[in-house]
Amino acid sequence: MAESVVGAVADGSALEVNRISKTFLVGKREVPALQDVSFRMRRGVVTGLVGPDAAGKTTLMRLAAGLLVADSGSIGVLGLDAATQSLQVQGTIGYMPQRFGLYEDLSVQENLDLYADLQGVSEAVRPARYAELMQMAGLAPFTRRLAGRLSGGMKQKLGLACALVRQPSLLLLDEPTVGVDPLSRRELWDIVYRLVREQGTSVLLSTAYLDEAERCDDVVLLHEGRLLAQGTPAELRETMHGRSYEISAADIDKRALQLRVAHTPGVLDALILGNSVRAVMQDETPPAVEGVRCAAVPPRFEDYFITLLRQKTGGMPDVTAMAAGSRQPDSDKAVIEVQELKRRFGDFYAVNGISFSVQQGEVFGLLGANGAGKSTTFRMLCGLLPPSSGTLRVAGADLRHAAAAARERIGYMSQKFSLYGNLSVAENLNFFGSIYGLSGRRGAQRIEWALNEFELRDIADFTSGDLSLGYKQRLALACSLMHEPEILFLDEPTSGVDPLARREFWARINALAAQGVTVMVTTHFMEEAEYCDRIAIMAAGEILTLGTPSSIKQQARSPQLPQPTMEDAFVELIRAHEQRAAA
Amino acid sequence: MSSRMRLRGLVRKEFLQIVRDPSSIAIAFLMPLFLLLLFGYGVSLDSKHLPLGIVVEQPSADTADFTAAFRHSTYFIPHDYATTRAAEQAMMAGRINAILVLRQDFAQRLRDNDGAPIQLIVNGVDANTARIVSGYVQGSWGIWLQHYAQQRGQEFQVPVDMQQRVWFNSELRSRNYLVPGLVAVIMTLIGALLTALVMAREWERGTMEALLVTPLSMREVIVGKLLPYFILGMGGLALSVAMALYLFEVPLRGSLWVLFAASALFLVAALGMGLLISTVARSQFVAGQLAIIATFLPAFILSGFIFDIGSMPPVVQFVTHLIAARYYVAILQTVFLAGNDWSVIVPNALALVAMAVVFLGLTWKKSRKRLE
Repeated sequence: MAESVVGAVADGSALEVNRISKTFLVGKREVPALQDVSFRMRRGVVTGLVGPDAAGKTTLMRLAAGLLVADSGSIGVLGLDAATQSLQVQGTIGYMPQRFGLYEDLSVQENLDLYADLQGVSEAVRPARYAELMQMAGLAPFTRRLAGRLSGGMKQKLGLACALVRQPSLLLLDEPTVGVDPLSRRELWDIVYRLVREQGTSVLLSTAYLDEAERCDDVVLLHEGRLLAQGTPAELRETMHGRSYEISAADIDKRALQLRVAHTPGVLDALILGNSVRAVMQDETPPAVEGVRCAAVPPRFEDYFITLLRQKTGGMPDVTAMAAGSRQPDSDKAVIEVQELKRRFGDFYAVNGISFSVQQGEVFGLLGANGAGKSTTFRMLCGLLPPSSGTLRVAGADLRHAAAAARERIGYMSQKFSLYGNLSVAENLNFFGSIYGLSGRRGAQRIEWALNEFELRDIADFTSGDLSLGYKQRLALACSLMHEPEILFLDEPTSGVDPLARREFWARINALAAQGVTVMVTTHFMEEAEYCDRIAIMAAGEILTLGTPSSIKQQARSPQLPQPTMEDAFVELIRAHEQRAAA
Repeated sequence: MSSRMRLRGLVRKEFLQIVRDPSSIAIAFLMPLFLLLLFGYGVSLDSKHLPLGIVVEQPSADTADFTAAFRHSTYFIPHDYATTRAAEQAMMAGRINAILVLRQDFAQRLRDNDGAPIQLIVNGVDANTARIVSGYVQGSWGIWLQHYAQQRGQEFQVPVDMQQRVWFNSELRSRNYLVPGLVAVIMTLIGALLTALVMAREWERGTMEALLVTPLSMREVIVGKLLPYFILGMGGLALSVAMALYLFEVPLRGSLWVLFAASALFLVAALGMGLLISTVARSQFVAGQLAIIATFLPAFILSGFIFDIGSMPPVVQFVTHLIAARYYVAILQTVFLAGNDWSVIVPNALALVAMAVVFLGLTWKKSRKRLE
């Protein structure tokens, strides 16, 4: 029966979203997730649902899968109504939720069997289908392994295989590439494109990575529950034609250069890229900056998104005035020294013998996929987790013996932001000040400082749980700086926030580094690695390479790849590492 | 056809998870083992070996004769004190539960037939124990007086001669009614707590979303969870019954079949409660709290398993009618200790059927194939 339904709408669109609105009730507050969104999705192509966190991507996916019902509007899925015919819809689509929907205590084969049973795949076709899927996912040697013991990339591919077990006409993938390494991301894209090419599957894929938008045939751009734009990446990008420039100067530090470019009239966006700065202009006039080389470069999808957002919110944020009791940078002094650091959990080494040192005023990045050992390294550096072996000195203190002394001199901000959601902005600042012993006049001064520097005064009485992600991130950074730490640890600080908030955040970090604060940051945004002075790329508890962003990109240069990106370099390193491990 | 395939897939998945996840096995088999051992051996409501202070102000042959009755009893451990004051201090400190005082003139007044008085001071904090002690002392006193009179060839008048017979639990072992009642608590745990937890686990790990987006109907989801945990629960029951019969030697006077049939009914009701909880609780923490407050504690306190329902205030008595475990405890205690008494079994079984229908019906009504 399903076949005939699919056949009947062969010419229609795969997905027809018609003036959809959806509001969630959070406590007593109504939070709009989608507001009057309409678009059509072509059949047989990959459509990217692109936007930062809280854009409404997941809600839209769930509405299309019949897991939620909209307040108003309708969604047609392959000619079926998602709200009233949800069982039929679910019989024709494949869906991979954010955490892949795998049973971790079941083996690869058992997960496949379960989804084959649930999707009504007949026993006769299973052996051939399984073989095909396992070969495609590269999981054939691991069918007996428990899903919980697979790496992030393998889980992602198994999740995909489960969603594909009964060849669906429409495949919905909800942020399939979050937290997996760049190599696995590429492999996933290869699989998706093979499906589209060989089987004519229509794919709707949501992502917060703007560089992935360029890989889609069509892009639907969402922001804060509203549709910003729809079109092919090339179409959208071309509106930016002639407005992107790469600016370099031999004698100016990259951060100083970025600041200078950012304050040039007509500049919408200025981004550090290796040793140069990439600028996006209001129109096709090149930036008027003295004494630099300036070359036109092709536009990127992100330029388009940033320009749209800037039009909505106004100009660049001014964060140059971050001065507050600055220390003189002393680049010869190592403030973090790590030697042969190891951390074992049971018989598993989460961190396996890493060594590096970080100088004062340096921005040092740790890159790696989920499970690479970044967070474990961080916890040891902050004195939250004792190392199994190796030496570890932070701000001159040996963390094995004087963790408390070192902790007074470090600030920490985690991915989750660690704010007290039911306290107001001012109360959060007050609390974090008081736990570092700031009280009386000194405490009041620091709160004043934070409210001014981070532009939080207008929202000082707001409950912090109600703030947008960008504001939460700003408040979390302010809290971690209340006691004027010498070293700042940032654990995936920008994950999920929109590109504007991310740029603003990095402007603040750069200003801090200029004052001599040492910054250590983990990220899985390749582009963010470019902001760092030096980065270390980690996989399976080891450091694969360590150096400046430019030198690491250089390593991956080859005749086929004359201008490798950071992601190219990362993929090469992981590939080489896996070959070594296999040998 | 494909519905059967889906159901088979779900049930097989559930069993694989049960086998691999030690926590389900622990709740179904280790928890009964632990609770039965604790209640079978550790908790006893029988008053034995009570520490009793004895103060004899002027020892004589008569006083020695009287106190000997206590010294050789299994119910008391006698402690001697020279003065009432010392004994009172010991009672304050909690070392003894009662004080028996024989006055200076005990022997004198006894011989004068002046109704020699004994004084008994009982710690009334634990009312149950206090009553047992005073009853026992009164009894002993009466018997001793009778003997005393007979020895002297005197006629001792007993107004009423009471012949006691204890039915159903003639040895008066509290274990004999605690262990059957405990089976009800265990079945509540397996039925409600385990199901609520495993459903919440699916929500927490994001697998429920993946299940719901398949062509699975809600009926299949419910049956797919009921079936495996029903089987697991009956396994837990078999273990508990075997321990009751062979380890604790509780008599089974009714038939095993009635026992298992009533248990199956109760288990369905308990699973229904667990599923109903899971329609509101999406995290294991909340599910666990709710299951303990809404099912486990009532089964423990209000089912008549330890505390007699008849002596509860009328309002609380009324509330106990809403507790499924109450009906099950009644059936269990009857089948174990009295036999197949249909006048007790049938009405209680009907009540269980009604509760199972209500819980599953509510679950059915409340669960939609949506994420909200």
